[in-house]
Amino acid sequence: MGFSLLAVAAVSLWALATGPTPIAWTSIAHDILHLGPPRLTGINRFFINDLRAPRVVLGLLAGATLATAGATYQGVFRNPLADPYLLGVAAGAGLGATVALVGVNGWIAPAGAVTWFAFVGALSSVALTWLVGGRSRRSGGATLVLAGVAISSLFTSAQTFVQQSANSSSIARVYIWLLGSLAQASWSTVWRVTPYVVIALVVALASARALDVLAVGDVESRSLGLPVSRVRFIVIVASSLGTAAVVSAVGLIGFVGLIVPHLIRLVVGTSYRRIMPLAITSGAAFLVFADTIARTVISPSELPLGVVTALFGAPVFVILLWTRQGATT
Amino acid sequence: MRVSARNIAVSAGGRDAVRPSSLEAAEGQWISLVGPNGAGKTSLVEALAGVRRVTQGEVLVDGRDVHAMSERERAATVAFVPQHPLFPAGMSVIDYVALGRHARHGLWRGPSPEDHATVGHSLERVGISALANREIDSLSGGERQRAVIARALAQTTTFIVMDEPTNGLDVRHQVDILELVRREVVECGATVIATLHDLTLAGHFADTMMVMNEGRIVTQGTARDVAASTELRDAYGIEIMVVDVAGRDVWVPGRVTSS
Repeated sequence: MGFSLLAVAAVSLWALATGPTPIAWTSIAHDILHLGPPRLTGINRFFINDLRAPRVVLGLLAGATLATAGATYQGVFRNPLADPYLLGVAAGAGLGATVALVGVNGWIAPAGAVTWFAFVGALSSVALTWLVGGRSRRSGGATLVLAGVAISSLFTSAQTFVQQSANSSSIARVYIWLLGSLAQASWSTVWRVTPYVVIALVVALASARALDVLAVGDVESRSLGLPVSRVRFIVIVASSLGTAAVVSAVGLIGFVGLIVPHLIRLVVGTSYRRIMPLAITSGAAFLVFADTIARTVISPSELPLGVVTALFGAPVFVILLWTRQGATT
Repeated sequence: MRVSARNIAVSAGGRDAVRPSSLEAAEGQWISLVGPNGAGKTSLVEALAGVRRVTQGEVLVDGRDVHAMSERERAATVAFVPQHPLFPAGMSVIDYVALGRHARHGLWRGPSPEDHATVGHSLERVGISALANREIDSLSGGERQRAVIARALAQTTTFIVMDEPTNGLDVRHQVDILELVRREVVECGATVIATLHDLTLAGHFADTMMVMNEGRIVTQGTARDVAASTELRDAYGIEIMVVDVAGRDVWVPGRVTSS
């Protein structure tokens, strides 16, 4: 845990220092910790405070949220393939954003409305998924997962329909949005997502014990004193709020929510009491690391963030999988 | 602890799995529930354990209805050993047994020293202390079933419901598990209701034996009473002979009497 906090700090400092104009990390650390009169002045101060800092903070929040939401979904559905988009958040957000960017019948959403459209779209699709599949008492929320698949396809096809009616310039904007990026980060975005992120993270930490119990199935969990339906509902609501807020602000960043929890599991085992705090720190550090790579490799242009998360995450995961398997067998 | 089920009925998949049935169990009593597949034994014991909804009736444990309790209260009142327990990959035996203490934890507060002591003691009572740090899915069938019993013991209830606790065990381990339960549970004053398929074992351990068929308890009494009953034979549709072998009743299945 200490190590992962250190990693968060180191990655954040590196991200703040890295860019078209390199700035000494020692000066940044000096100013963040208020160790004396500010060392950063003029344009450098502006770069840090108004461009890189909100981007790094948003990256930390988004990474932490996606990784914990992935971990909670994997726990609550007892499904290792669950990710934060399982119940339709991504498809709903995609539809909302596409409607806002492309417009309908000549009507175009006002600038800045994209995130709100995406947010409402994301929550609507999860709500619909819950309405369709939430009442079933089938073990492990299997019906809910299937409902999520159906609603996702429905929203994705609606999104494709809206998209194909667009001209090429708005199609490009939709495409860029779907790939996910932290380039539009600002302090106002940070403040907007923070309350939802806090809810998602607090609930994830509080439900870690419950998720450990849930590993033995719905019936046994109930007999061990866990109000299964209520726990599942609360956890899904909180994770969906956090994911919807993050996705509407940064687009669809894949991989983090699926693989980061598994990476942690390979290192610390299967108990959510150990996984959850590490999902917050590792998810945050991982996404900021990936974003810094994304914006520096072909600077001044940027790689899609989703591409980088997978490009770096997949090999690390495979290596860990091999070495750990070798260690346990 | 006195257990009394009054007119409970359970519906499963649109059919009546348990038709209105009543049963009484006194403190320190072992009830063996037998009957053919599909008779409703699992539905009945799950309803008794409060993990399956009843469509009518109540299950009173010392006068309080388990279906009216919160999950936490219920877990501190009745322990349940399921027919097919799930063994989460990678979970250590001690963590698995500690799940029995979940109902005593707060949202943020972890296990107390008392919880740790109870878990340790439960492991000792079933004789698997040495396996505490092994992964549960790496144990043998008999060892795993001991862990399930230990988890139920860790709930420190005085009423334990078991659905096929000897499921998948060889004959030696079947006897081991049932003797363990008798020694650690019944002799400590707790009440046990267990479904069993092996009639000889069911009869040997039971204070009261009950036969279920088509959602009803069709007969009950001592093992000798049940052994002599026609309801037992009708339920299974097979001849059953009970022979005395060195002072112990052995139930031997005979010819099929109905299809």
